[in-house]
Amino acid sequence: MRRGLILQAALVAALAAVVGFLAWNTAQNLESRRIASGFAFLWREAGFEIGERTLFAYSAADSYLRALAVGLANTFRVAAIGIVLATVLGTLLGLARLAPNWLLAKLASAYVEVMRNVPLLVQLFFWYAIISEVLPGPRDALNPLPGVFLSNRGIAFPLPGSTPELSGFNFTGGASLSPEFAALLVGLVTYTAAFIAEIVRAGILSVPRGQFEAAESLGLGRRDAMRQVILPQALRMIVPPLTSQFLNLTKNSSLAVAIGYPDLVSIANTTMNQTGQAIEGIAIIMAVYLTISLSISAFMNWYNRSVALKGLHR
Amino acid sequence: MKQLIPLAAGAALLCSGVAFAQGTLEAVQKKGFVQCGVNTGLAGFSQPDSKGVWKGLDVDVCRAIAAAVFGDANKVRYTPLTAQQRFTALQSGEVDVLARNTTWTVTRDTSLGLNFVGVNFYDGQGFMVPRKLNVKSAKQLNGATVCVQPGTTTELNLSDYFRANRMTFKPVVIEKLEEVTNAYFSGRCDVFTTDVSGLVSVRGSRAPKPDEHVILPEVISKEPLGPAVRHGDDKWFDIVKWSMYAMIEAEEMGLTSKTIDQAGSSKDPAVQRFIGASGDIGKMLGVDNKWAANIVKQVGNYGESFEANLKPLGFERGLNQLWTKGGILYAPPLR
Repeated sequence: MRRGLILQAALVAALAAVVGFLAWNTAQNLESRRIASGFAFLWREAGFEIGERTLFAYSAADSYLRALAVGLANTFRVAAIGIVLATVLGTLLGLARLAPNWLLAKLASAYVEVMRNVPLLVQLFFWYAIISEVLPGPRDALNPLPGVFLSNRGIAFPLPGSTPELSGFNFTGGASLSPEFAALLVGLVTYTAAFIAEIVRAGILSVPRGQFEAAESLGLGRRDAMRQVILPQALRMIVPPLTSQFLNLTKNSSLAVAIGYPDLVSIANTTMNQTGQAIEGIAIIMAVYLTISLSISAFMNWYNRSVALKGLHR
Repeated sequence: MKQLIPLAAGAALLCSGVAFAQGTLEAVQKKGFVQCGVNTGLAGFSQPDSKGVWKGLDVDVCRAIAAAVFGDANKVRYTPLTAQQRFTALQSGEVDVLARNTTWTVTRDTSLGLNFVGVNFYDGQGFMVPRKLNVKSAKQLNGATVCVQPGTTTELNLSDYFRANRMTFKPVVIEKLEEVTNAYFSGRCDVFTTDVSGLVSVRGSRAPKPDEHVILPEVISKEPLGPAVRHGDDKWFDIVKWSMYAMIEAEEMGLTSKTIDQAGSSKDPAVQRFIGASGDIGKMLGVDNKWAANIVKQVGNYGESFEANLKPLGFERGLNQLWTKGGILYAPPLR
């Protein structure tokens, strides 16, 4: 017992020494190559514009810190909406794969196989190309509903008291979704939904057949049996792997750089390039994603405990 | 993927220490080739041709360095780099020299730990718009959507210009040149902005119909493009610098790849020094004394490189003409 403790303490000390040496060596190398270091750059003027912003007002005269906050908010926006939509679509697809209707089941399996076997980056390029190549320019925008305009600048739609109008180069007034956001959201949702569908299907199939029969013998219809008997039990199998999918979706949102959506990684990349402080930039990206991922995990673990069988300890 | 390069750079900075104690020249001589960071594909500056051979004005700088160090211009390996990857690739030692149409600024010279060796192309930032928009001046671009690459001086100048003129714009920022130009040509943006050389090159090589796009008259910045090396290795800095200047000096002396073999019979002492028949400039640099003759013979002088790479795309010499002929290209004396 005591020997074990000493060994572990020695290991920790050795690890700390290695980390310390690496930090010292890095600082030395940066210094000898006259590369700036430290986080003071965060308060300097960023000097670049950002195409879309959530929550924060921002202009090129603001600081790098604020620019990164805008990027983070953009990441949150696409991840939060994406998680909700992917869960809904994935659950529907999972149920469809188990549906007695042959055509529906086959269509759902075809969807799953295609979507999860094509790399996400390719899918993002595909959606982005569709939006920017196929849709017309703003001056010939499609107008499917009054006040709604569909063009390669995205979707412009009216808000109470403000309708989009073409003025100069683009639509002003109302609200709009950019093509970059739309392509990223559609790509993330359709891709992740395929995995969620399989998780939902596996969860349902893991409920013993006897439960279906028992529900049936109680006189419950298929819909009620699903809602009241099967799904609550299936959730216990579904939630843990679902957490991984939520984490994946959030992390995959960093592929936004490829199609020009200004997410955290995109802004951090620009920051690194303008300031030359790659180590600090990467550290910020890692810290932020770690925080987001741990928060999602913590929330899902809490939810998992709330659906788990009460009083059952393993 | 692109996240990997800063990571690799970080790892290199974490672990290195010994590797950089050795000079770049010795390291290059030992491995037998120059690792040159170039653009991922900008016609006229660095782009592989149909046989996969890299061609361009920047590529010729890499070849000149190899000719000086090894007497063989082909001893170069190319690392195509995006605008965002380029500095970390150089800082971390992944490439020995960066010849990638990169603007020389004070920030890059100081806090990025780089040394620019000089200017091999004088440029300025411009705007390209589709002809059908009927825009005549950059001052009419208020409210426009602008396609731009991230991590460039372009991105900053763009914001400055619109701020100074009290106009607004919406940037669409995409890293890869192919993707950002696709976005422009598909109509996602009203405007594409980069250095005028880049606009000419992109219009000439990537536009489905080049004459449907116009470059606006305003040039909003100075963009002196040149090769860069890491801070702190003066010997290597000198070799890269003078390899580039040798090409300019050769044009001024009238030495070309075709006439260099006969230059030995010249009575001009400057020519004799240049080809290494007298003096020991090569030795002072730490390379073969015939280094400059090798550069001109195998790569050509600056004018030849310009003719071969940029003329076919519709470039004029303009500022990039010799100082004796109305431009501002001026090599310090090779003596």
